Amino acid sequence: MNRPFTTHTGVAAPLRGDNIDTDQIIPSREMKTVSKTGLSGGLFAGQRYTTGRTPNPDFVLNQPDYANATILIGGRNFGCGSSREHAVWALKEYGIRAVIAPSFGEIFHGNLISNGLLPIQLASTVIDQLPREVTIDLTAQTISGQRFEIDASAKRRLVEGLDAIAETLQSRVEIEEFLERDRIARPWVYERVKGCFT
Amino acid sequence: MARTLFDKIWDAHRVSTPKSDEASGEDLIAIDRVFLHERTGSVALESLMASGREPIDPTRVFCTMDHIVSTDEGRGRNDARTPGGEVFITATRAAAQKTGINLIDVDSADQGIVHVISPELGIAQPGLTLVCPDSHTCSQGALGAAAWGIGSTDAEHAMATGTLRLKRPPQMRIRVNGTLADGITAKDLILHIIGTLGADGAKRCAVEFCGEAVEALGVEARLTLCNMAVEFAAFTAIIAPDETTFDYLEGRRFAPKADDWDAALAYWRTLISDADATFDFEHVFDAKEIGHMITWGTSPGQAGRLDGTADASDYMGLKAGEVIEGLPIGGAFIGSCTNARISDLRAAAKILRGRKVADGVTAICVPGSMAVRRDAEAEGIDQIFRDAGFEWGEAGCAFCFYAGGRTFAPGTRVVSSTNRNFEGRQGPNVRTHLASPAVVAASAVAGKIAAPGNPSP
Ligand code: SF4
Repeated sequence: MNRPFTTHTGVAAPLRGDNIDTDQIIPSREMKTVSKTGLSGGLFAGQRYTTGRTPNPDFVLNQPDYANATILIGGRNFGCGSSREHAVWALKEYGIRAVIAPSFGEIFHGNLISNGLLPIQLASTVIDQLPREVTIDLTAQTISGQRFEIDASAKRRLVEGLDAIAETLQSRVEIEEFLERDRIARPWVYERVKGCFT
Repeated sequence: MARTLFDKIWDAHRVSTPKSDEASGEDLIAIDRVFLHERTGSVALESLMASGREPIDPTRVFCTMDHIVSTDEGRGRNDARTPGGEVFITATRAAAQKTGINLIDVDSADQGIVHVISPELGIAQPGLTLVCPDSHTCSQGALGAAAWGIGSTDAEHAMATGTLRLKRPPQMRIRVNGTLADGITAKDLILHIIGTLGADGAKRCAVEFCGEAVEALGVEARLTLCNMAVEFAAFTAIIAPDETTFDYLEGRRFAPKADDWDAALAYWRTLISDADATFDFEHVFDAKEIGHMITWGTSPGQAGRLDGTADASDYMGLKAGEVIEGLPIGGAFIGSCTNARISDLRAAAKILRGRKVADGVTAICVPGSMAVRRDAEAEGIDQIFRDAGFEWGEAGCAFCFYAGGRTFAPGTRVVSSTNRNFEGRQGPNVRTHLASPAVVAASAVAGKIAAPGNPSP
């Protein structure tokens, strides 16, 4: 279960530049455990700190105006690059609830939804006019009065905080039926190969 | 209705359209193969077990160790190249054994980078759906599979249910007419395409590469081409399987055998886009126009001709209009899922034979798999690399990405056969220029960015 997303009001911190990749959101060296937690300290580590863990005053999340941000604004192709879901886990642990950008990296976009974070795609001209503090109403699909579009299934999952696996397992019978048919149609796909990986 | 190659694979895997999602057009798609690696797979397996679920069919799940394993010769089975990385190796091994999936361990003769060994072992095949929590899974579309990168939660979903829910992506066709000039490779072609269309140019599409120049490529070169599709924001890439593909696959360990082979082959031959199929976007390129390519910036879209000029980039230490060819380098890396197959190593060895890496250049070659390494050693290619002054490693991702541990010194300009030139990708302040293995080899010898034709300083 994710935390259901209906409405949210918070400060939106703008990150400059297009093509901010997931290596920047969380550098690989910050991924130290085999778990989904303990990652927020590494969020944007490359820009957020100067030497060691000293906060870099130039980085937006270190500025007093944005210290409590729960929403991020990114440029084009935000979250491109590595598929690492750690980028989203780090954002979530930091307290981010929504990410706004003109376009997203495909895998990152899916990972946001999987973890109950809301991606909002808006034209940069619209983004530029958003106030510092915004109110998102996912049910009505508005952000500070502006309409945004979102895929119906993604919306439903976010609003209900659904675990997609549990939901899909409800289709178990259909999946079994498919596999039964497919084993006849494409037997080679299911052939077990013995004696491998010497 | 006329259908594309991608449509045909999609339709063959559609379990159902879940009712609650009919409005959004989301399908439940059967997933034939899940591939994992120790960096992102470990957490997917752990989380799966923690939720009390099991893989629906562990025999169709594979896991390798490639990202953070040591690539030093004589490595031990728990040796990580990144400080504290051992836990990823041991946790993945334990979780793989517990769940009964196919594990290709560090000391296996089959070990290597996921996108290198999957085709090599015949695990990737035409018409399959194959997913992996790794963004370069699109590489494997080179065999005519629908193969794409996912997150760890989706990997869990695919393992637990044998399916994924998703909307059919839009589709793009990229046709490359004509013939590539001598010495111009798939790497130059893809850098040219990304440089032209931009880092988000593929608009989340499933991209089909076709045309004379693509058909002429061997499977290894096709893997290089598809590898970088994610670098211009494609959902994935695919190439219609043909005789080149079938010849490559026949006899590989996981390829269909005997009667199955004939049945599979008959099916695979139907996997082409219908003549009147429509795509959401189309682009046409002319292979003749493509020369040696290299990136100058910090996005793969910032690519141009090696004999051209760069735009300004602070990070890369370049002024607008600066000539790229001749920039002094301190590092050269041949490796990664983009360009570390035997054909890549042969191309580099041809240039390195009888030559030496220039003073002040740290040069490293890490084969993409242990099988590639063995093949290279059998041909004496390792000796050519060693004699030239290259380090020679055991298989893994190595210097493709920095995860802590050893790397090039900050500020070093590195010519690399990899796929990402992001800031810090190869280490703090390391300046990465992406290019073909031949350009990397020629530059290593010259001590500066150089075309393969004229590698001597
Ligand atoms: S070689 Fe590089 S790009 Fe390829 S899978 Fe490994 S880390 Fe990723």
